[in-house]
Amino acid sequence: MSTSLTDTHAAAGHHHPSLQHQFDSLEQQKESSTLGMWLFLVTEIMFFGGLFLAYVIYRSRYPSAFMAASHTLDWKLGAANTAVLILSSLTMALAIWAAQVNKPKLIGVFLLVTMALGLTFLGVKTIEYKDKFTHHHVPGPNFQWHERSDPNDPDFADHTEIFFSLYFIMTGLHAIHMICGIGVLGALVVLSRKGRYGPEYHNPLECTGLYWHFVDIVWIFLFPLLYLLGAHAK
Amino acid sequence: MKDRDAMNTTRAVEPDLIPPDDMIDRPNYLNTEYGLKSWLLTRDHKRIAILYLISVTVFFALGSLFALLIRLELLTPEGDLMQPDTYNRVFTMHGVVMVFFFLIPAIPAVLGNFLVPLMIGAKDLAFPKLNLASWYVYNLGGLFTLWAIVNGGVDTGWTFYTPLSTHYSNSYVIATGIGVFINGFSSIFTGLNFIVTIHRMRAPGLTWFRLPLFIWSHYATSLIIVLGTPVIAITLLLVVAERVLHLGIFDPRLGGDPILYQHLFWFYSHPAVYIMILPAMGVISELVAAFARKRVFGYRIVAFASIGIAVLGFLVWGHHMFVSGQSLYASTIFSILSMLVAVPSAIKVFNWTATLYEGSVSYETPMLYALGFIGLFTLGGLTGTMIATLGIDVHLHDTYFIVAHFHYIMVGGTIMAYLGGLHYWWPKISGRLYPGFLSRLSALLVFVGFNLTFFPQFVLGYLGMPRRYWSYPPEFQVLNVLSTAGASILGVGYLLPLFYFAWSIRYGRRASENPWGAVGLEWDTTSPPPTENFHTIPVVTREPYDYTSEEVHRRTTQEEPVVYQLD
Amino acid sequence: MEQQLPLFPESASTVAPQVDALFFVWSAVSIFFTILIAALIVYFMARYRRRSVDEVGLPERAPAWLEIGWSVIPLVIMLAMFFWGTRVFFDIYRAPKTAVEYWTVGKQWMWKFQHPDGHREINTLHVPIGVPVRLHIQSEDVIHSVYIPAFRVKQDAVPGRETSVFFQATKPGTYHLFCAEYCGGEHSKMIGSVIAMEPEQYEAWLAGGPAGKTMVASGADLFQSLACYTCHRPAGTIGAATAAARAPQLEGLYGNQVRLMDGRTLVADDNYIRESILNPAAKIVTGWQPIMPTYQGQVSEEQLAQLVAYVRSLSSGAPAGTAPAAPTPPVAPAAPAPAQTEGQ
Repeated sequence: MSTSLTDTHAAAGHHHPSLQHQFDSLEQQKESSTLGMWLFLVTEIMFFGGLFLAYVIYRSRYPSAFMAASHTLDWKLGAANTAVLILSSLTMALAIWAAQVNKPKLIGVFLLVTMALGLTFLGVKTIEYKDKFTHHHVPGPNFQWHERSDPNDPDFADHTEIFFSLYFIMTGLHAIHMICGIGVLGALVVLSRKGRYGPEYHNPLECTGLYWHFVDIVWIFLFPLLYLLGAHAK
Repeated sequence: MKDRDAMNTTRAVEPDLIPPDDMIDRPNYLNTEYGLKSWLLTRDHKRIAILYLISVTVFFALGSLFALLIRLELLTPEGDLMQPDTYNRVFTMHGVVMVFFFLIPAIPAVLGNFLVPLMIGAKDLAFPKLNLASWYVYNLGGLFTLWAIVNGGVDTGWTFYTPLSTHYSNSYVIATGIGVFINGFSSIFTGLNFIVTIHRMRAPGLTWFRLPLFIWSHYATSLIIVLGTPVIAITLLLVVAERVLHLGIFDPRLGGDPILYQHLFWFYSHPAVYIMILPAMGVISELVAAFARKRVFGYRIVAFASIGIAVLGFLVWGHHMFVSGQSLYASTIFSILSMLVAVPSAIKVFNWTATLYEGSVSYETPMLYALGFIGLFTLGGLTGTMIATLGIDVHLHDTYFIVAHFHYIMVGGTIMAYLGGLHYWWPKISGRLYPGFLSRLSALLVFVGFNLTFFPQFVLGYLGMPRRYWSYPPEFQVLNVLSTAGASILGVGYLLPLFYFAWSIRYGRRASENPWGAVGLEWDTTSPPPTENFHTIPVVTREPYDYTSEEVHRRTTQEEPVVYQLD
Repeated sequence: MEQQLPLFPESASTVAPQVDALFFVWSAVSIFFTILIAALIVYFMARYRRRSVDEVGLPERAPAWLEIGWSVIPLVIMLAMFFWGTRVFFDIYRAPKTAVEYWTVGKQWMWKFQHPDGHREINTLHVPIGVPVRLHIQSEDVIHSVYIPAFRVKQDAVPGRETSVFFQATKPGTYHLFCAEYCGGEHSKMIGSVIAMEPEQYEAWLAGGPAGKTMVASGADLFQSLACYTCHRPAGTIGAATAAARAPQLEGLYGNQVRLMDGRTLVADDNYIRESILNPAAKIVTGWQPIMPTYQGQVSEEQLAQLVAYVRSLSSGAPAGTAPAAPTPPVAPAAPAPAQTEGQ
């Protein structure tokens, strides 16, 4: 926080073009937006937290149905997607690095690569979703379950449906977050082309990076919880 | 301004309080720009507060209309005014509109938006665009809900309990759910904005323990909003998904658990009660200090009590489920925690009362509301601890005792504080004064009408009248008639301010910078404030509510804004 | 309960006096503190009222024990009430081993009860006084809640799980039974009564109950227990012939002509009623939605016969209370076709 006694209008002369009127300095602006982004991520954790809670409760209640349903997911595709996302986090960090060392062209390049990796992830997800549709594993009126069952669990199919409900809601919300992130990245590409970001000011990049990493971390939790139950033991 | 005699009368109601004409042309946030566009695209927190004021007033009127219908139906034991389905929709819409679209946003989004930057000496909130977005998001959520209302409403109760809401109700659960879901984001935007602003935008010298208690309580409120609202968002999303796609997450026939829904719902919705009451406590702290001209007794303890309530408030949700079949031991733990959360509330009540001791107490309208608040909140809080007591709650759960209790907190607490706050800061917001007699009358009517409406409901609840009943056994009629009679008085009390506030905008006397002779940065700037709030950025060198020092003493009895100087 | 303005609910179970004692002590504490605060406020307002416009309050001076005192006193009171309240709570829910088992199932919008001897009741529960009763509670659809104010007990009926509540009536009488958890549509009509009786009277009542039930009476019971009346509302009740009703009234149906959606008309005979119960969508009366679920497999043949007998008894021409007649439809009388079966 600034301790200088700045007059509102006198200071306007040497304002950085990206400094908004309500802040006294770029530093204050940066601290504020970073704190704001962290708080936003806190709300996101609570948002996904409700789903993770539901997951934990039903998984402990219906372990065999969850394991059987998990086995219908393709863990190889999931693992590949995990790698793609981790790589995209790297390129996102590299874009910020490029801004810090003042290489404006590289910012755009790394952002575009990040976007491409994000789109790859979504493409793979589409393939997986399509597979669920063809096997009638999409919860709802057309849901069918013909795979393994458990004599101890008479409502096995219903319980696998709960797994798939959670699967689609969790991965679907995650995918929506990815799409939003890719949109923001697109906007940043345009702005970086205009030369808005450099060593002095690149806070939007950092905040978007925080968001992007967060979305990756959510996936890193989702992947084992959804794909690796029972480690696909036969 | 220059006339000492005029300055000495600091009461809003005194007739000789007309500032000189040069005030009229002084640029302020209201007259810098004109036209609808300048309002709809504004990023000024003060103008956004006005936009919110209009929106929440509309929803308050709508919610009150539903309340009126409820009270009319309950005049007679037979359900004769409307069909049971209609009645169910009416009380549900009353709850949904009042809780999500009035009580939760009222104080933070109107008074908080206006005052948080002013009180901490900032030019605006940290994210002005986000602030404006929050208003649009609020209205978008409101539109979904209105659409549902116009099409026939929703009949699940505002709690949307499953599986009634997901599989059995034939009403507009989806539209309402989406409306409340969207509205949650406006809360989140506001809360996030407040936390960042309070952390990063305080004026030089304004340390944490120099912050007004209004700021402390809004900080605590914002913490709850940020941590709690996402949970109700995902919960309602699951309800909507279950209804649309016929999932089984909360449906016992498909292996789901309806009690899980209750846990998720109350994990937000109990803290939401503190979202409603904590800002109200902040308002009351300001009012009591200003009209006793004395620092709030035990300032630090009151500040920490706000944070304590926010934290403990997250650990008590299970007290809504004592008879739901949850484990008796879980109920025991939730019971003791619920009682613990009452302790900081009790401390606050004692501290406000003690603030009056050796103060210089005046009876302006805002103070009448504040004192009414303390009384009603005391009874509301104490009955709250009664129903946190396990043995009693089994009998009283889901009866009118509960209805009476939470109306004492929400109506007697939050709305009293909201109205008191509006009366207190109205000269700052509008630059105008309102009629003293009428406003005192409204405070009296609200207090009397409120008690007549809701006290009989305590008795009804103890007698065993369940809530959400469209018809009832005849022996309950006398108390219900009393309640309806009180509601009509309450309605008049609420209508009055609407008229005289509107009147004052055009015909009210102009207010000085500091009509009440209060301390606080918001009183150091002109009324209404300029767009950037302060002509010179204030530097704070004093403790909050410092009425005793010579300099402040002088300042509170004159009107020229004093710019603090660094020592 | 005939009072115009009752202030105290009936107290008719072993736990009721305990709950009342707790309630009154707590109420006294609440009123005491509310009056204390109010009195202090009024006193301070008068004593320290502002006497001149520039007067300010004196600086805060208070001994440290004051703040500690009013933090600790509420805490102590609450802990005391917590322990007391929890003890009562466990008394309410912990049934003694000797408790007699009763069952209830809640559904929209009625309560079905079953006695230990298999005797069944709808919306009314007879219990003997002085006998501990453990009531097992289930729900068929949404969440309901058994609430007997005079006994000070309440327990939700949660679909998918069983809950239970315990009480022991102490005073003969008829007491309210409410559904306390909002359950949609006719929540406020999901009420009934608990009739507490001397054990001998209870035994006599049990002995006299189930015998001699006619087919029509059994059918009427089934009509109740299957909740047929929620859609096929009895004539003369609120909304029977309005948009709130979801299905035709059955009074006067039997033996009369009905027009179907596809334009055909037929006479409502035994077979038609039977088919409409088992396969409702086959022949829908014009003006109504095909919303009725099938009862195939849910009612036995015997029950089906009872239901048909009951529907037949609702028409004036047919003899009521007889054993099922031969399945030959009587000749349609020249009675006017009931308008309400033709839709809205």
